[in-house]
Amino acid sequence: MSFAHKHLMGIEELSAEDIALILDTAEKMSEVSRRPLKKVPALRGKLVVNLFFENSTRTRSSFEIAEKRLSADTLNFSASTSSLQKGETLVDTVLNLERMQPDCYVIRHASPGTCQLIHPFTKAALVNAGDGTHEHPTQALLDAMTIRQKKGDFKGLEVLICGDISHSRVVRSNIFLLSKMGAKVTVCGPATFMPPHLESLGVTATTDFERALRGKDVVMMLRIQMERQTKGLFPSLLEYYKTFGLTEERLRLADKQVIVMHPGPINRGVEMASEVADGPYSVILDQVENGVAVRMAVLYLLLGGSEDEAAR
Amino acid sequence: MKRLVKNGRVVDPQSGTDDTLDILLDGGRIARVEKRIPEKGAEVFDATGMVVAPGFIDMHVHLREPGFERKETIASGLAAALAGGFSGVCCMPNTRPVNDNASVTQYILDRARSCSPVRVYPIGAVTRGSKGEELAPYAEMREAGVRAVSDDGHPVASSAVMRRALEYAGSLGLLVIDHCEDLDLVGDGVMNEGPVSVRLGLHGIPAEAESIPVRRDITLARLTGQRVHIAHVSTRLAVEAIRAAKKKRVPVTAEATPHHFSLTEAAVLGFDTNTKMNPPLREQDDVDAVIEGLADGTIDAIVTDHAPHAYEEKMVEFDRAPSGIIGLQTAVPLALDRLVRTDRISLKRMVDAFSSAPARLLGLEGKGRIQEGADADLTIFSLRKETCLAPGDIKSLSKNSPFLGMKLKGAVMAVIIAGELYSAAKKG
Repeated sequence: MSFAHKHLMGIEELSAEDIALILDTAEKMSEVSRRPLKKVPALRGKLVVNLFFENSTRTRSSFEIAEKRLSADTLNFSASTSSLQKGETLVDTVLNLERMQPDCYVIRHASPGTCQLIHPFTKAALVNAGDGTHEHPTQALLDAMTIRQKKGDFKGLEVLICGDISHSRVVRSNIFLLSKMGAKVTVCGPATFMPPHLESLGVTATTDFERALRGKDVVMMLRIQMERQTKGLFPSLLEYYKTFGLTEERLRLADKQVIVMHPGPINRGVEMASEVADGPYSVILDQVENGVAVRMAVLYLLLGGSEDEAAR
Repeated sequence: MKRLVKNGRVVDPQSGTDDTLDILLDGGRIARVEKRIPEKGAEVFDATGMVVAPGFIDMHVHLREPGFERKETIASGLAAALAGGFSGVCCMPNTRPVNDNASVTQYILDRARSCSPVRVYPIGAVTRGSKGEELAPYAEMREAGVRAVSDDGHPVASSAVMRRALEYAGSLGLLVIDHCEDLDLVGDGVMNEGPVSVRLGLHGIPAEAESIPVRRDITLARLTGQRVHIAHVSTRLAVEAIRAAKKKRVPVTAEATPHHFSLTEAAVLGFDTNTKMNPPLREQDDVDAVIEGLADGTIDAIVTDHAPHAYEEKMVEFDRAPSGIIGLQTAVPLALDRLVRTDRISLKRMVDAFSSAPARLLGLEGKGRIQEGADADLTIFSLRKETCLAPGDIKSLSKNSPFLGMKLKGAVMAVIIAGELYSAAKKG
């Protein structure tokens, strides 16, 4: 079976089969990272441009490691060193890079729809590494890989996503993916962090954290950005922790086998107590590890590999 | 020279006429409107199978000159107006410099007269520099030819300033046009707040960002007893507020654009920046409300809010792109295709919304009617002929439109201004 898409712009356009194929491929890729020589020649001679218009140390590092383990050549292009500060448009940047014959762009940008904007101007594969608050598909895929490793299957799983739903770059991709795979998603947060019409995405939305926690198999806590407080969206970090912080006590409301996730970086003592982050239910560092495997799988599938070859 | 427009379906909303008639034009005026006028000595335009209406006037256009000639010039904008079936346009004052004094007004009028037969009625600013603070010199601008004032795009936030503007403009017979937008509530919103914004992760603009200032303006119109005109109504909440106010005889009027009765927020899926407008495209229920409002006269006029932006300005990230689309050449076909063909509004109401209503609101004597003695300004169109515009057909310098390539039933055939014929059909 081969991957039917040229790009990974979002989870929305993927089928459940596409997602399963990426996750299966990722499982095989994670073996590569455990070898003494962590490298396969799969993408030798391919040029991957990491086009990062926003700071993102961890996502970029994860992609870069994935690219290197597949033997791709990489170019890191970041906004601070680029001509964008000289007023060049995004489209012109891409038109210029295009003549360097890249095979793939990995793009992080603050604006939703960045891949859709670039798409008509490139022959290369596009991998969305986060377009504003729209999609961040590899994050949802690494979350799914982690869930599948711990839970086996998605069918009927009760998943709670809690935090700043409005400003999260990961929540939509997760909602699309988990719904496609048969899980039931509840989103939770202060009313000021929840955009209206969330239900139209097929999720349950609530502001009652403790009630929402009951019986959940997966609890995904989102990062609270400190600057939101100054925008008047909530009164204080302490108040946030008191109402929406995940403590050991609250975690007991969830299923006994619950797993706790976080896309990072964590604010200890804001969205989550240290005891929970470091505790036995936490799979947060597994997510980081799976990130490399998922990104290897995505690059591999988009740049011409098939699932069987990956096993060699 | 005499001109005879023969055998057209003459629709004059003011007198209620809808009949096959001949119109004789002489010396820039309508001389006779009758059945079978003899042709002798007149140049004949055969309007058989066409609708002949009073000259269309677009009350809401951005000509961009002076200051933004890369987007549009007065010459290119008026060429688009003429091709789109308009004998007159009102141009918004958000130029650089802002049209907040008589010399800018005079500049625009001089430029317009030098390059186009289309009549231009400049709209002056409500406040100096459209900064929302001090009133602009209305009397001086009125003297120069201004019929209405607006701080379009920079809505007057202060209720006290708006009150004074209504009082002072009203005393001079000037219409105050308000772009109703609560900028605090808009925040960093770039599209309608609804199911599509949630899906795309774009920040939303709630309908209330429009309806709250609409309600404020209605309240101030009642307080001052002076007229207020609500620009580009886009939401059911606003339509219902205006309808209720009109029932109570508050002097409020309104306009709507073709994009707000033709498209919903679903057009934004795909992130085409030519679907980014202000106010944004709304939901189907809002589209229905705008059409109902046009049908029952709650919304008086159809306007384009023609907003040219250069290719490179629109070819950027959605949330960074400027708002607005061109509309002069698509307005009449869209109204015919989406409103008249589908029986959502009558042909007479459509003609009224494009001609008589703007003439009434702006106090333009001799416009908006086909009667003896009225000005010889006519818009002639076909209900059957199809319009499908390619970028090369667009007379504007900017081609930012989501309607290019769309097949629309209905087409402008000719415009007559002061008795002179400007045909849309290719010569030959």
